[in-house]
Amino acid sequence: MPDDLCFQTMGELSARLARRELSAVELTEAVVARTRAVDGLVGAFNSFDEADALAQARASDARRAAGCALGPLDGIPIGIKDVIAVAGQPLTASSRILASFVSPYDATVIEKLKAAGAVCWGRLNLDEFAMGSSTENSATKVTANPWDLARVPGGSSGGSAAAVAAGEAIVSLGSDTGGSIRQPAAFCALVGLKPTYGRVSRYGLIAYASSLDQIGPFGHTVADVAQVLGAIAGHDERDSTSVRLPVPDYSAELVAARSAGRKWRLGIPREYFGEGLAPEVGAAVQAAIAHYRGLGCEIHEVSLPHTPYAIAAYYIIATAESSSNLARYDGIRYGHRSAAATDALDIYFKSRAEGFGAEVKRRIILGTYVLSSGYYDAYYLRAQKVRTLIRRDFLAAFESVDAILTPTSPVAAFPRGAQADPLSMYLLDIYTIGVNLAGLPALSLPCGFTRDPQPLPIGLQLIGQPFRESELLALAEAYESGHDWKARRPDVSAQSAAPEGVHP
Amino acid sequence: MSVPAATPAYEAVIGLEVHVQIRTQSKMFTRAPAGYGHPVNTLTDPVVLALPGTLPVLNKAALDQIIKAGLLLGCSIAPVCKWDRKNYFYPDSPKNYQITQYDQPICAGGAVEIELPGAARNLMGEHKRIPLTRIHLEEDVGKLNHFATESLVDYNRAGTPLMEIVSEPALRSADEAFAYLTSLRTIMVYGGISDCDMEKGQLRCDANISIRPVGDPTLGTKVELKNLNSISFVRDGIAHEIRRQLAVVAAGGRIVQETRDYDGQTGVSQSLRSKEMAHDYRYFPDPDLMPVEVDEAWRQRLQAECPELPFDKQRRFFAEYQLPYTITSVLVPDAELSDFFEAAARLSGKPQAVGNWIVNDLLRELGTAKVPLAQSKVRPEHIAELVGLIEAGTILNNAAKEVFIDMAQTGERPAAVVARRGLKAETNLDELEQWCRDAIAANPKSVADYRSGKESALNAFKGPVMRAAKGKASPKLVDETLRRLLMS
Repeated sequence: MPDDLCFQTMGELSARLARRELSAVELTEAVVARTRAVDGLVGAFNSFDEADALAQARASDARRAAGCALGPLDGIPIGIKDVIAVAGQPLTASSRILASFVSPYDATVIEKLKAAGAVCWGRLNLDEFAMGSSTENSATKVTANPWDLARVPGGSSGGSAAAVAAGEAIVSLGSDTGGSIRQPAAFCALVGLKPTYGRVSRYGLIAYASSLDQIGPFGHTVADVAQVLGAIAGHDERDSTSVRLPVPDYSAELVAARSAGRKWRLGIPREYFGEGLAPEVGAAVQAAIAHYRGLGCEIHEVSLPHTPYAIAAYYIIATAESSSNLARYDGIRYGHRSAAATDALDIYFKSRAEGFGAEVKRRIILGTYVLSSGYYDAYYLRAQKVRTLIRRDFLAAFESVDAILTPTSPVAAFPRGAQADPLSMYLLDIYTIGVNLAGLPALSLPCGFTRDPQPLPIGLQLIGQPFRESELLALAEAYESGHDWKARRPDVSAQSAAPEGVHP
Repeated sequence: MSVPAATPAYEAVIGLEVHVQIRTQSKMFTRAPAGYGHPVNTLTDPVVLALPGTLPVLNKAALDQIIKAGLLLGCSIAPVCKWDRKNYFYPDSPKNYQITQYDQPICAGGAVEIELPGAARNLMGEHKRIPLTRIHLEEDVGKLNHFATESLVDYNRAGTPLMEIVSEPALRSADEAFAYLTSLRTIMVYGGISDCDMEKGQLRCDANISIRPVGDPTLGTKVELKNLNSISFVRDGIAHEIRRQLAVVAAGGRIVQETRDYDGQTGVSQSLRSKEMAHDYRYFPDPDLMPVEVDEAWRQRLQAECPELPFDKQRRFFAEYQLPYTITSVLVPDAELSDFFEAAARLSGKPQAVGNWIVNDLLRELGTAKVPLAQSKVRPEHIAELVGLIEAGTILNNAAKEVFIDMAQTGERPAAVVARRGLKAETNLDELEQWCRDAIAANPKSVADYRSGKESALNAFKGPVMRAAKGKASPKLVDETLRRLLMS
C-alpha cells in the first residue's frame, strides 16, 4: 500500500492531501521507505537527509492543520538533482572535487519550491557536472534504469529520472543543457520538460554551459510537470539571463485547453528521421503522429537544414563555456584540495587532476583549446554563427507550424558500458541538442515501449515556440490522454542488482 | 624635480594604464558591500566567493559612474555595454576568470587636459591634451597576504568595480605622466567617481615605456612598469626606466620586451617576466550577463550630472573673478573649496579679497585645527561679512586677522566678534588729532628732520599714535593727519 502512494501522480496526491486523507508525513515516510528499499538497486541518490525531509513534511502538515496550506505542491516530496543548491545539503555535482561541499544557500528554484511548501528530497545522481548522457560519468555511483537495471537511465539527469520512475520521489528537478532532462525522461517513461532559456532562474544551478543550461521538472504526467513549472518559473533579480515575462498559470491553461480541442499544425523535420533512428523508436513516433492526425491536426514535413552541424556547434560552445565555468573548482576556497600540493600552482594541478573525472577533463581541454588565441574565430565564433542559423531554422519552421514533433532519442535505453566511445555517446544527443542551441522549450513524453529484446520506454519530443510552454503542455496532454503508458510501472524488486553498481 | 626626457638624440614614449576603483555602495556584480579597511573576508557573499551555482548581476551604479567618467573625459559612449571573461588562474581571483570588457569598451577616445610645471611656482605652465584609447569596466581581485610558510587570501576587495583608463602613447616625460595622473585624479574626484586614494589602492598605475630616436615615427620596444603605487613613484619610476633604457642603448644593447617591477622606496626596478611568458587569456563573451543598452536618455541624464572640469573652472575664475594664478591653483583642484569660494564671492562681490582670505587664512586655520572644510565653523557668509567690514573701514586689516582666528574657533559672525573684542576701527577724529598733536609735541627733533625734507622722520610719530589708539586707528588716516598737522 505505501508503495502505491509512491507511484501516484502528484495531482492525485495533492488532492488527497487537500482532503486530509493523507498527511505529508505519511507520504514522505512512504517515499523514504521506498527509497530505502530500492535505491540499493537503482542508485538514484547520491545522498538523502531523512530527518530534514520529515521536518519539512511536519511543517507542511502544521500549515494544513492551521488552514494555511500553500497549494498543490505543499507536502509533495520532490527530488533534487545534485547540481541545484539547497542550503545545508551537500552539493556535489557527482564530482570528487565537490565531494564534501555543503551549500550555504538555496537556489532560486529551491526558494520557490519551499515557498510552495514542497518537501525538497535528496540529492540525485548525474553525470559529473552534467556532462554525459548515461549517468555513468558519476564519481559517486552508476544509476540504473528502473525498467532494466542493466541499462542506463539516460543522462545527465539520470538520478532525477530514475528516482521518479522507481517511486523514490513524486516529481523531481533536473537540468538540461543538451537533452539532459528529455533523454532520461524518454529512457524512464516520464514526462520531462526543458523550459525556454530564460524561463527559469539558473541562480543556484551549478553551471555547465551557461548559455544552454535550464532547470526543468520530471513527472509521471503532463499536469504534474505543468504544476512544478509554474512553481519554479519567473524572472529572478539574481539571474540576468532570466526573462522579465509574466508566468502564466500553466495548470489552469492546461485545464482550459482540454475542452478547446485545438487542431494543431505539427511539423515533422525530415532531418530527424534519418540514419541511426532505431526502427522500433521510429515506429512508435510514427504512431504518435498518426494519433495527432486522428485528432484532426495538420501534419507538415518541415526542414531544419543546419541540423547536421548542431552537435559540432554544441560541443564547441558547451565545452568553451564549461572550461571557464569549472575554473572556480581549484581547491583554494572550497572543495577538494590535494593533500600532496606544495604551492598555489600545485594546488591547482593536483586538486583538479584528482578531483575531476575523465569526461570533465576531456571537455575542459576541448573548451580551452577552442577559446585559445588564434583558434577562437575558427571554432567558437563560427559555432556561434551556426547556432544562429539553427535558431533561424526553427523560427522559420514555426512560421507554418505550431510545434515540431520528433523522437527524443534515436534509441531506447542502452546497456551500461555500451557507449564506451565518447563520440558515439555525443551523437546520441542529435535530436535534443538543437533545442538548447535555439533556446526553445521542449518536452519528452512516453509514446510506447520496445519489444525487442525487452520492453523499454520510448520518448516523443515536442518542441515549442519561445515562452509558449502552455501550448506545448496542452499538445502533450492531447496525446497523453489517449494513451495509458503511465499505467505501466517498472518492477525494480523483481530484478537482480546489476553488476558493477558502484564505481571504484 | 624635473627629469630630462631623454638625451637630445632620443625621446621617450609613454602610455599609462590607470585602474580607478569606482565608488559604489555594493560590488559590481552582487549586493555585497564594497569598502576598505574592514576585517578580512567580511565583504563577501556566495557570488564574491564564486560558490557553485552563483551568477553575476550588474550593479548599474557602477555603469553610471564609468559612463559619467567617459563623458567628463570627452569619450564616445558605446550604445551597448558588453561583458567578456578573461580567463587565468590566480588565488586572488575567485572564479579564476575576471569579468571585463575586451573588444567593445564602454568608452572610447577622449582626452585628459594636463598642465606641465610652470617656469616658477606662481606661473602657469603649458597645457596639453593627452588622448585616451579607451576606458573599460571590470571587477577588482582580492588580496594575497604572504606569511612565512603560507599565503592567505582576503576577498574583501574582490568584485569591486574598477575602471581601466588607457592613454595613447602620447606622454613624453615623467613630468607629463605626473601631470596626467594629477589631472585625472582631480577629474575623477570632481565627478564623485572615485576618491582616488592611492594608499587604499583606489588608483593604481602601470606604465608602458619605450624610447626612440627623435623624429622616428615607429615605436620602440616597450617595457611595462608595474606597482607604481604613488604619483611620485610613477614619476620617479618612469624617469628611472627612461635612464635605464638610454643606458642600455648607449652601451650598444637592445631593449627587451618585459614587465618590470619598480620599488619606490629603493628606486630600483627588476624584471618580473618576459614576453614569452605572456598569458593567453581566452577572452569570450560572458554568457551569464546580457549586454546592456545605453540609450540617449541614459547618456543625457548622466551628462546633466557632470560637473564643470577643473581647468574649465580655472579659466572661468580668471575671466569672471580676475583671480591670480596662485589663488586659482589652490582653489580649483578642490571642488568643495571652489564652491565655498564662489559662494563667498557672490555674497561679497569682492572675489579677490575673498580668495585671499580663503587661501591664506581659512586653509591655515583648518590645517592648524585639522578640520575638513565641511566642518569649518567659518562659512562663506562669514568671509563675505568680514570683507565687507574691512571695505567699509569698520575694522582694519590687523584687527580682521584677529577676528578671523576668533571666528574660526567660535563660529561667531565677524561683527559679533568685533563688538565683543572691541576691535572696531577708531573713527573719532578729534581724539586721533589730539594723539597726533601729543606725538609731535613729544618729539621736536623729528619735527625738524621732517620739515627739513627727511620723509622717514614721519614714522617716529606713528608708533606712539598707534599705541595710543590701541591698533584701532587707520594707518592711512594717521599718516594723513600727521602730514596735515606738520605742514601747518
